[in-house]
Amino acid sequence: MNPVIDVQKLSKNFGAVRALDELDLRLEAGEVHGFLGPNGAGKSTTIRILLGAAKADSGTARLFGEDPWTEAVRLHRRLSYVPGDVNLWPKITGGEAIDLLVSLRGGADSRRRSDLLERFDLDPSKKTRTYSKGNRQKVALVAALASDVELLVLDEPTSGLDPLMERVFQDCVREARAAGRTVLLSSHLLAEVETLCDRVTIIRQGRTVQSGALSELRHLARAAVSVVCGKDPSGVALLPGVHDVRRDGERLLFSVEDGALPAVLEHLLPLDIRSLTSTPPTLEELFVHQYSPDAQGARS
Amino acid sequence: MSAAAPSRGQRDGLRGARTAGALAGTGRLFHFALLRDRLRIPLWAVALGGLVGYFGAVLPLAYPDQAALQTRAAILKDPSGALLSGPGYGLEHYTLGALLANEVLGMLAVAAALMSIFLVVRHTRAEEESGRAELVRAGVVGRHAPLTAALAALLVANGAVAVVLTVAMLGNGLARADSLALAAGVGAAGVVFGAAAAVTAQLSQSARGATGLAGGALGLAYLLRGIGDAQRVGGTALSWLSPIGWSQQTRAFVDLRWWPLLPAVVLAALLCLAAYLLASRRDLGAGLIAARPGPSRATRALTSPAGLVFRLERVSILSWCLGLFAFALLTGSMGQAIVDSFEARPELAAVIGGPPGGDALRAALSAFLRYFAMAVAVHVVVTVNRLRREEDSGRTALLLAAGAGRDRLMLHFLAVTLAADTLLLLAAGFGLGAGAVASVEPDARNLALEFTAASLAYLPLVSCFAALTALAYGLRTGSWWVWLILIASLLIGLYGPILRLPEALLEAEPFGLVPAVPSVPLNAGPLLLMGLTALVLLAAAVPAFRRRDLSV
Ligand SMILES: Nc1ncnc2c1ncn2[C@@H]1O[C@H](COP(=O)(O)OP(=O)(O)OP(=O)(O)O)[C@@H](O)[C@H]1O
Ligand SMILES: [Mg+2]
Repeated sequence: MNPVIDVQKLSKNFGAVRALDELDLRLEAGEVHGFLGPNGAGKSTTIRILLGAAKADSGTARLFGEDPWTEAVRLHRRLSYVPGDVNLWPKITGGEAIDLLVSLRGGADSRRRSDLLERFDLDPSKKTRTYSKGNRQKVALVAALASDVELLVLDEPTSGLDPLMERVFQDCVREARAAGRTVLLSSHLLAEVETLCDRVTIIRQGRTVQSGALSELRHLARAAVSVVCGKDPSGVALLPGVHDVRRDGERLLFSVEDGALPAVLEHLLPLDIRSLTSTPPTLEELFVHQYSPDAQGARS
Repeated sequence: MSAAAPSRGQRDGLRGARTAGALAGTGRLFHFALLRDRLRIPLWAVALGGLVGYFGAVLPLAYPDQAALQTRAAILKDPSGALLSGPGYGLEHYTLGALLANEVLGMLAVAAALMSIFLVVRHTRAEEESGRAELVRAGVVGRHAPLTAALAALLVANGAVAVVLTVAMLGNGLARADSLALAAGVGAAGVVFGAAAAVTAQLSQSARGATGLAGGALGLAYLLRGIGDAQRVGGTALSWLSPIGWSQQTRAFVDLRWWPLLPAVVLAALLCLAAYLLASRRDLGAGLIAARPGPSRATRALTSPAGLVFRLERVSILSWCLGLFAFALLTGSMGQAIVDSFEARPELAAVIGGPPGGDALRAALSAFLRYFAMAVAVHVVVTVNRLRREEDSGRTALLLAAGAGRDRLMLHFLAVTLAADTLLLLAAGFGLGAGAVASVEPDARNLALEFTAASLAYLPLVSCFAALTALAYGLRTGSWWVWLILIASLLIGLYGPILRLPEALLEAEPFGLVPAVPSVPLNAGPLLLMGLTALVLLAAAVPAFRRRDLSV
């Protein structure tokens, strides 16, 4: 099957700033894909190119196999977009704003609209000027989710939502996936990404540094090991794939690369192990590891 | 994917074939634009129509017979009268219609142009700047749909203005074809400047910049036709360089011809074309010039509120400064022509306000200096009003939370504004004097210095307007009443003498209170009084701001 989003070697400059530097991104139909990266990495720029709002300098971007810059109008029938910073027309009501956005996409199911309004606990009769940030975001979310589209493009869609609404949002995304929709979710909320996404792409400084299933990515980070032995275990420090060895009382703490664990265990077994714990990397560690500038070497 | 996918794809194909293309969604956006402007457009139309209706009702009372109308026509024959109003057709046998076409049409055209500039920028660049355009364009909306919708709304707005104007003139019993031509001239000027705003909206990254550029073009157009009309009754080639000139050249109510409106249609079409071309080769939200990286550390100066204000306003200050200087230089260089016209008809010098038989050049330039001071007053009100926009956007709260202090914030802001406006006054005075020096005999060399110094006489009055706007901000009453005072002062100051308003009203007009230096001796009394008034207003404004809630 053709990928829904296929971005290859995409580059974009803003004057002297290189926002995208040969970025790659690929989404298969039906997946929920996390799009991650530190501030200024180029997530929003990529999304703007995918929406046909900006033109790439080089490389290709394909949406449903077509060029988003030239075919924007046709493609937009098939997608909904939610930005992180929603600005609305001050003198109209939230309901009017939703109807406008929905009608620009070609209409929506009115039952679904009222259902979403209720779930997101949004009063559509208020003037948008009086909405809080989270409520403005709900307007965009309701408008996006109310349409029957194949692709949802979400750029930090929950940056203003409270935890309850965050949960409603997560349910909506799961329903979307169950209905066969594809979702591109850019987010800084790792817990959200962890629970929702099948696969993630991590970018930094306009380049893709990792892309794959979350379970695969976990292997790229190191497990944290804590061990107490009868005999001195500090020899592990010499084994390949062992890092950050330090002592905490009688405990020895270190981190181990994914493939090095068997050798480490083999080394420790004869040393009279009293206790041993090995913690798989949390998603956060994974990201901190990938985001930080010194991760450069680790990705190749 | 679900089994529904193929059918959905087919449906898309069909619908796509019907509405694909850069204009998809234009209809909806157009309706939405009209919805947003449902009050603004009728208000403009009714205000302009009401103005004409009012003139039509009042002028026959003020000028009951032909002799009275002819005295008024005489004013138009004078270059300075023509500079401010129109080309002066039909002066030999002046009528109400000719009066409207000569003296009111220019004003109406400027108003329609302003309405159009605001309208187009509001629906294009302002939408992009706020990020709303991105949300809209993510729908099934073509690249050119927002611009097309804005231009369609532009036509509707100017059409509404033209219709209401026509009705108002017909109501006054004026000829049908001529009324229509005058109204069409107003609408055409509106459309041309709206189209110009569509171009500037592509160039500038901010709505403010786009409005400023288009407004500058409008000012230039008015000045061009003014100079042209001042040079000769009926205007010269310069009048024909200006879209406002075209509207006035239809000679409505005198010897009607329609074809001068043709260049307006052509120019508007060309400007629209340029706007589309520019729009199709840029990213949404981008201007034509990419944002340059700035310094990564704040200089010491930037870390005070005053420094920040200066940094944010410096481009605007500089462009006003250059603009005013250029206009002043141009105006000053017409000094000789004005002196000549006075020598031919000394009685007309009285209109400008100079003593009959006195130094006509100084008198004329002093009057012009007053017009420039009026422009500076407009700048001061616009700039101080920025305080409100800063607050509404939440930036003021950010500064205050960072410990800037409300009194300090307001005082710094006003200090920077007044410093900038002092600069503007000096630039205008210097330009006026320097322009005059270039055009008259060498014995006038010290004119430049004289007028530079004289411009400062308007500083106390400008400070009053700054403090008044600050008070409106402090009390958060909205600035409409400040604008009302300012615009009334401007209208009375500009048109009072030719409209023959009562002497008492003319004397109470603030700009008239400032001695017209250097043509009359400096009288410090009124200036001190104005300075004092400014301080009192300021003393009320600061605590008013301190006491109220922030909006955001
Ligand atoms: N219009 C623009 N002009 C100049 N530079 C820009 C523009 N838009 C984006 N950039 C730059 O491009 C880079 C990528 O920005 P982008 O907004 O795509 O980042 P992001 O990954 O979405 O960040 P965040 O997580 O903070 O939203 C940044 O360095 C940014 O400064
Ligand atoms: Mg972003």
